[in-house]
Amino acid sequence: MPIKTDAVGKEWPGTTYQVGREKIKEYANALGIDNPVHFDVEAARAAGFRDVVAPPMFAVVYSSSAVAPAILDPEVELNFAAMVHGGQAFEWDEPACSGDEITTATKCLSIEEKDGKGFYVFETNSVNQDGGQVARGTWTLIVRGV
Amino acid sequence: MTLNAGDQIPELRVTPDKYLPHRYAGASGDFNPIHIDDEFAKAVGLPRNILHGLYSMGLVAKANAALADGDPRALKRLSVQMRGMGVPEQEIVVTGTVKSSDGNRVVVDTVATQGDTALIKNAEAELEL
Repeated sequence: MPIKTDAVGKEWPGTTYQVGREKIKEYANALGIDNPVHFDVEAARAAGFRDVVAPPMFAVVYSSSAVAPAILDPEVELNFAAMVHGGQAFEWDEPACSGDEITTATKCLSIEEKDGKGFYVFETNSVNQDGGQVARGTWTLIVRGV
Repeated sequence: MTLNAGDQIPELRVTPDKYLPHRYAGASGDFNPIHIDDEFAKAVGLPRNILHGLYSMGLVAKANAALADGDPRALKRLSVQMRGMGVPEQEIVVTGTVKSSDGNRVVVDTVATQGDTALIKNAEAELEL
């Protein structure tokens, strides 16, 4: 049975994530990142940020909740149990700081079958409360045995 | 720092401890049991609970940000392929080679390996230094 591609081009409405100091600290600690701009508001302000700033890959924290509804959308028909995260890309613009409200919208870019595997590619676009571009993500999810 | 094509970036070596996947799960919100439940992971055919792929990508980002003394504004773009499965309690080595350097824009090819397993392949980072 050919892979279902009806959802290509489908967009999901944005979800909003409020960035907080403690969450940034928790993420930086898990990665062993020790730059004080991720922990100390004075250090962050001295470096030119409005508040404690997130490491770039914190993008997964504020954007993954926007990807989940797309992956689980019945119209996409993605077999979650056989899924692996095959590839990921981010492009960053404005840094994400504590206090920011970041809204992320998701779009299905492509669904293709290759070598018996399904390649599902989603794009996320994250903007902050001022409409500033924060990050764009490309999520490649691979499903075995489609 | 002046970087030229072919230069190696400083190597990053990290050995995630047994509970790292739990801390990363809490930090990221990804509580998929294959990462935090050894029994569940084995029941679905994995050797043991495995690291989050995005954790390994986070280490690649960290190794590249080190070129700018960890300034979070430096990394402009990072794209990776996640391949082999990473496990806790075994050293991960992140290495990178400068692919191109144009003024303050540097592109770095990065890999993250654990023993003989490539965790992150074909990683390309673009930095503004």
